[in-house]
Parts: sequence; C-alpha cells; structure tokens
Amino acid sequence: MSPAVGQPIPRKEGRAKVTGRARFAAEYPIRGVVHAIPVLSTISRGRISSIDTAAAQAAPGVLAVLTHLNAPKLPYRPFERPLETSTRVGVFFKPLRDDVIRFNRQYVAVVVATTLEQAEAAAALVRVSYAPLRAISSFEEGLSAAHQPREKGSRGLPYQRGDPELAFAAAAVRVDQRYTIPTEHHNPLETHATIAVWNGNQLTLYDKSQWVKGVQQHAALAFGIPYDQVRVLSPFVGGAFGSALRPWAHIDLAAMAAQVVKRPVKLSLTREAMYGTTGFRPETRMRVRLGANASGTLTAVMHEAWGQTSTYEEYTENTLDATRLMYAVPNLSTVPRLVPMHVSTPQYMRGPGEATGMFALETALDELAVALRMDPVALRIKNEPLADPESKLPWSLRSYVQTMQLGAERFGWARRTPAVGSMKDGGLLIGMGMAGATYPALRFPTSARIRMNLSGSVTVLSAATDIGPGTYTSMAQVAADAVGLDVALVNVELADSKLPYAHAQGASALFASLSPAVREAGRQLARQLAARAVADQRSPLYGLKAETLTAVNGGLSGAGKRESYAALMARSDAPLEVHLTSAPPMSAPKQSTHCFGSHFVEVSVDPDVLEVRVRRVVSAFGVGRVVNPRTAHSQAVGGIIGGIGMALHEQTHTDPRYGRIMNANLSEYLIPVHADVPPIEAVYLDEVDYAIGPLGAKGLGELPIVGVAAAISNAVYHATGKRVRDLPITIEKLL
Amino acid sequence: MAKNVLSRLPEIQLPDGQLPEWEQPVVTEKSEPEPVVRPGSPDLSRRTFVAVSTALGAAMLLPAAPAQVTTDAPPELVSVALKVNGKTHALKLDPRTSLLDTLREHLGLTGTKKTCNQGACGACTVYVDGVRINACLALTVMHDGQSVTTIEGLAQGDALHPMQASFIVHDGFQCGYCTSGQIMSGVSVIKEGHAGSDAEIREWMSGNLCRCGCYVGILAAVKEVRDAGV
Repeated sequence: MSPAVGQPIPRKEGRAKVTGRARFAAEYPIRGVVHAIPVLSTISRGRISSIDTAAAQAAPGVLAVLTHLNAPKLPYRPFERPLETSTRVGVFFKPLRDDVIRFNRQYVAVVVATTLEQAEAAAALVRVSYAPLRAISSFEEGLSAAHQPREKGSRGLPYQRGDPELAFAAAAVRVDQRYTIPTEHHNPLETHATIAVWNGNQLTLYDKSQWVKGVQQHAALAFGIPYDQVRVLSPFVGGAFGSALRPWAHIDLAAMAAQVVKRPVKLSLTREAMYGTTGFRPETRMRVRLGANASGTLTAVMHEAWGQTSTYEEYTENTLDATRLMYAVPNLSTVPRLVPMHVSTPQYMRGPGEATGMFALETALDELAVALRMDPVALRIKNEPLADPESKLPWSLRSYVQTMQLGAERFGWARRTPAVGSMKDGGLLIGMGMAGATYPALRFPTSARIRMNLSGSVTVLSAATDIGPGTYTSMAQVAADAVGLDVALVNVELADSKLPYAHAQGASALFASLSPAVREAGRQLARQLAARAVADQRSPLYGLKAETLTAVNGGLSGAGKRESYAALMARSDAPLEVHLTSAPPMSAPKQSTHCFGSHFVEVSVDPDVLEVRVRRVVSAFGVGRVVNPRTAHSQAVGGIIGGIGMALHEQTHTDPRYGRIMNANLSEYLIPVHADVPPIEAVYLDEVDYAIGPLGAKGLGELPIVGVAAAISNAVYHATGKRVRDLPITIEKLL
Repeated sequence: MAKNVLSRLPEIQLPDGQLPEWEQPVVTEKSEPEPVVRPGSPDLSRRTFVAVSTALGAAMLLPAAPAQVTTDAPPELVSVALKVNGKTHALKLDPRTSLLDTLREHLGLTGTKKTCNQGACGACTVYVDGVRINACLALTVMHDGQSVTTIEGLAQGDALHPMQASFIVHDGFQCGYCTSGQIMSGVSVIKEGHAGSDAEIREWMSGNLCRCGCYVGILAAVKEVRDAGV
C-alpha cells in the first residue's frame, strides 16, 4: 500500500460540489426563516440626523426595522483571552450602536421581512438624513496624518541593520523609485451570509467563515453568553481569501434581528454591501531605494510603506517583512507608516503584506538589473543569503535559487534577449519577466479527533474549515496513512465549532497546524487497536506483541497473521476515539522557516492599442512536501491568476470627493476571466522540510500570488520600455 | 413550526452524504400545472400588473396559454407554473421574485448560486428551454410554463454528467461556488458549437467568473468532454 500523502487524490467533496449539493451558509433550509436586508450609509463621515422608518415599517411583510434608536444594545463583553489572529489596535466596529458614520456603506438600519423581496423593497423605503462632516477620502489627504503604527510587532516597528543611508549614498548603482498598489477587494464569489437561529439562549450560526471558533467567540462575547451556547457551522465556504477570517458586523445584525423577531433570520450581503463591510487589501504606497556595487552585490536596501487603515482601528500588514530576509544585504531599513482614512478597516487578503511589498522590491530589483546590465536571475542568485539576514537563524530549507533554476529551464529563459523591445511575434511586442516569491511557513496549536467506526472506517473531526484548498482531502490522506487504510474509507467532518479547536484557515498555516494532530491521533488510534487485538483471544493476532504489528491495508498484520479493522471493530460495542492537540514547540525557533518560489512570465503588448496579454506563466515553488499534486496545482494556479488580476485588472475606485466606492460590483471591479488566463505551469521542487511538521510540508495558499505582479510588470518593461510602478498596468499607463 | 426545527439542531451535511429527511426543501409538487395568471388577466390588481408588465415586455412574447385567474391567492401573489428538472411546480410568487431567488428560496434548489445578482458573473447559469441564461436577470413570471434545468438536474440519478465527472478529474474548482454555473456553461459551450479551440472556449466561458482561479482545470474539463463527443 503506497502512502496516500503525495497522491493526486480527487477531492473528497468533489461530487457534492459538482452536483450543487454542497450547502453554503445561506443555503440551509431552516423552517420559518425570514430575511434581513441592511441599509447602508451614503456618506463617509458624520452623524445620522434623522431616520424615518415609518414607510418601511408599514410595508407588506415587514417584521422589524432596526436602527441605532431601537436596536438592542449588545453587551460586547471584552476579550479575556483573545483568539483573534490579528493584533489590530483600536476598537472594532459594532453595528447600530450610535449615530456616528465612520465609513461609506456602513450599516445604518436593518429591515426584517417575511420574504426576501419584501425585505429588499422595504429597505429602499428607509429614509436617512445625515449631518455630514468632511471625510478623508483620498490617500493624499490621509498622508498628512500618516503615522507610525502603534503595533509593536515586527510589522509595526521600523527596522534597521547597518547604515543604509550611508551605503546608499556610496553605492555605484542606485535605484530610488515609488510603487503603489490600489485598494483591492477580496470578492469571493459567495457573498458573506449568516443564518442566525436562536433556541432559547442557544445561538446557531450558519456562517461563511474561515474560522468557526473565532466566530463562536465573537458571538458569545457580543451577546454575553457562554461560548458553549453558540454553535457555528461553515462546512463549505465559497471562497474568502482572507475576508472570512474576521467575524464581521453582519453576524451581529443577523443574530440581533433573530432575537428581536423571534424567528430564524437569514442575512445575505449583497455584492455592493461587501465593498463597505467585509474588508479589503489596503492601498499602499512604497518607496524603495537599492544600492549596489558595479558587480551587482547589494549594499543598501531601504523600503518604506504607507498603508491605508481606518480611523477606528489600525490595520498593519507584513508589507516589509519579506524585504528583510529576501537578499543578503548588510545595510537595510524598513519603515512602516499608516494612513488613516474614513474607510472601514482593511483585512488580510491573499498574501497580505508580502504580495504588496514584493511587488515593489521585485520590480525595483529588475530596475537594478537593467541599470547593471545584468540578468535578473543572476542578480538574485548573486545576493542569496546563507542564513536569514534578519534573525541570523539558519534556513530550515531555502530553495529560492533552485526554484529560479528550475523555473528558468522550464520557461526557456535562456531564449530571452535582454534588450527592451527586442522580441517580437508578428506585430506584437513580446516581453519576458521574472520575480521571486516568499511567504513564512507557520504553524499554530490545533486539535483533531479521530474515530474508528464499527464498520472499520475512520472519521476525522476538526473545527477547521476548507475554503477551497482541499482540507477535506488532504486530512483524509494524512489519516489514511496514519491508521493504515484506504483513503476512501476516511470521512472528514470539518467546520463545526462543536468539533475540536482549530486555528483559522489563514496565513497558509492550516495544513501544517492540523496535519500533525490528525497524524498523531491516527497513530495512537492504530496503537490502541493493536493493544486491543493482541489482548483479545478471538483475534488472530492474539498473543503477539502489539508494537510488532503493522497498521496497513485497513488492518493490522504481524507474524504472518492479519486482522482487518472491520473484523476487529465487529467485536466492539463502541467506536474508538482519540482526541489530540498538536502545537509547535514553545521554545524559541532554531531555524527560519519560509517557502520560496519564482515566476517567469511572457507577455505580449500590441504596439497600436497597448493591450497587455499574459501569454504563459511558469512558476516554480519550494514548499516542502506536496501532499496532493492535484489540489496543490489548483492552489498554485489560482494564486498566479490572482496575481494576474493584481497586475492587470484589479482596482477599487473611490470618489475622492465623497469617499464612495464607484465600482462596488463585479462588472466594473475587474477580475481575471477565462479569456485572460493563458497556459500556466506550476512546478515544485522535490523536497521535504521537517522544520514545522512531521509531514515535511509547508503551505501553498499565499505564496503563488506573491511576486506575480512584479514578474508581469517586469515583462511589460522588457516588451515596451515602460516601467509601470503603480498597479494595475492599464493601457493609459503605457501611452 | 419553527420551534420544531429549533429543537433539533441540524447536523452538518457530510460532503457526500444524503440530506436528512427534514432538510428536504418544502415544495409543493403537482403533476398538473396550477391555473395561471398572466398579465392582462382581468382580476390582476394594478400593482401586480405593473410589476409584471414592467418586469419585461418579453413576457408578452411567451407562447399564449389559456388565461385563467386564481381566486384564492392574495392579489399580490402571482401563480406560476415552472417545470424544473422535469418536475412541475405550482408556485404563488411575489412578481418581483427572480428566477434565481425562486430556485434558491422557494424550491430549495441552492445549487444555482447567487454572487453578483446583476448578470456579471454567471454563477446562476441555468437552462430555460435548453438555452443558458443568468437566472438572476430573469423574473420567474417571465418563464411561466417553461422548462428550467439546474445543476441538480444535470446528472442522471447517481450517474454524473460527463462534464461533472470531468470537473472532478481536472479539479476544475476549489471552493465550489462558481462550479454549478461553470458546468452549466461548459455543457452549453460545446452544444452551441463554441468549443473549437482553446481560445474559443475561453471566450465563450468568459461570462463565468472564478475567483479561486480554476480556469486552467475548467478548460481541460471542457476539452475532455468535447473530445469524448458526449
């Protein structure tokens, strides 16, 4: 029996998804459920001067209209021991608490009616008058109040080693440029939705969440009830990309409304509402200064970032983290700053921080390569650090150079002629560009329960979610190998807050966090079954030493004898369970654990209309063991396509006068469509890295998006000679 | 009725599991269509008439059926007969109800997805009389008497449609939310004769957005089904 880990097992939940039977948050057929529709503010800052709900109240089917004047004041007990993954500084937004408007499309009322159509119609009848105040709605305005983050972690504090100013001044070759990424919205295709069901003081929430335990805690504190009176279920999540890591205010609204109308309430956000209320990647402006000697050795790096945040919370990203470890340079500084604006609080979005910072660093490096007349791959290899330059720790496994070598070979980088505009295909200009990628390999304490059923099948249970990477499948693979049975006999149940604690599915850390618990629980289960078998006279294995048995092929074998789990369990009157928590070592890390990768991109640019098309992408990744090549490939390709969106399409446009997002939909907020996506090849180094877990796997959720935008921008430069430093690369920027 | 359900909190649905009996959608199913109200029927209230007639003039172009008037329904509701996946449903609907919301909120057919609700994403793609449309842009009253096929109606019993099977093989999805629409469009693109080249498939599939970025697998799945000639 070959191990299941490493096999391209098709998704366990595949059939449910292709037949439409996988139920997402808003799709639970709760009898008696009624519909809630929020009313959103039309100003960005000020107060509600009056709110007229009479017409809405009188509309057919309306059960309640809640505003700050009549909504129950939820207790919002403070966090004692926050589970929150974020270290945001400030006070989170609580809906219908007061008359203050803090951002555009803030909740100002919620209408509950028997049917969706009645709720939608009545919500349009709520009349709100405002006393507006001048809002900070443009980044330029916000810059005057820019400040250092209050957060004291690595991303909040300025960092310096050596004397970068001096080294930069003395450098033979210098790059000093500014780079911008605009506000981007996650836009998962499933809109955020919650069904809230009260049964006495028990609250059940069917929610779109990457972290049901976080929502459970949030709701319990919000309503002042014990954690175990809140149950949160999110077995299927229609994409999230970070937006469902945080419990948002609509969850409070749904549960509040359900309490008031004494009926189950479904609150499904509109696409438009999600632009105001469920987070975004913050607009970030950066300055990068690079200094190098004539042979291409970096002597100075200075990277500064100004990131958008809200006025009521400070949201700080890891924008500058990657810069500190990517290349060997003795003189380096990173300086983070925040730009408060009258917007809602930003939220982690795929590759948060790294995707932003690496766009600037990797584009600047390409500029340096041009200035040095050096191959961009060679320049990167020349500055490869032997140990983590920030922590001074040895790398657990740094295969950045190998990814560049593999990627370059598969791409045919050697065929590239370096001169700008030197490559053509018919009338089209061809450009080839590359860039590097990195993301930390993280692991958090997480629990799992594993059960041997009476039939001899196995069930894995955890509160972890599967938002698309394939957790149902990968955990079945891990359990199958640990217990020694076919992966088809493993059932995985996830995303119910009643199940064992799991960390959020974010920061590419869930596999590394959950798999050790599943694996160890599975091994203990097999050991317990072995002990049972050798002590049971009815077992063919009776009298053997338990530790000599092998768990394989759906049973236990030893000394030429064998008993299947099904036969063993047939004599049992109850399933056998093992519950286990697995945590990374508490001691200080002895190694620096990161994933690395590189992207190679070919673009064509039509010289007449300046349309940029990505023609092919080859990306190579060093992520430790690849657990499931089939689902990993989708992860990698999906991240790369997200990077194509960053590079060429995505931008949230805000009216600088009023702070209102103008493209709050999916027709004017552009994301890549089928026709934008070329052949994409993702290849992996054959490697394992045991530094963060016994399976030797790291994470693949974020890494593939990091660096893609720089690779595309570098390719566009190679084709046209135009260096676009503010994303997205649209036609007018190439004129 | 609500209390009855609340007393037994639903278990999560296993990925491949059957729905428990009580989770089955509450639908009235009849073999014969109910009497139908159409715009212009004498007893329609003005309010209903305005809603129906402004909904789309296209409703007037539907094949004529005997104009009948319900007597027991409240004037706000319109009776609509809809054949969905081969079963005829007699519905009394708010005339503002979109076909998408009818499927999801009234018939319990949640395989058709709501994403942009303005025809920009294709997640709600269904067939009406065999032709793919965005169900979010259609009012149900426009399709009285017509035949709708949703993702739930694509498989033949336990046998998946080849496109569904091919999506699993090529991992043409991650989160699974756009998947129903992608599969429905994938089948149509071949049927429409727009699956000649990769570029043509990409172009004619471009009304179906995927945010996870599974386009490469989706293209492979559509090509496989095309080449199999099914």
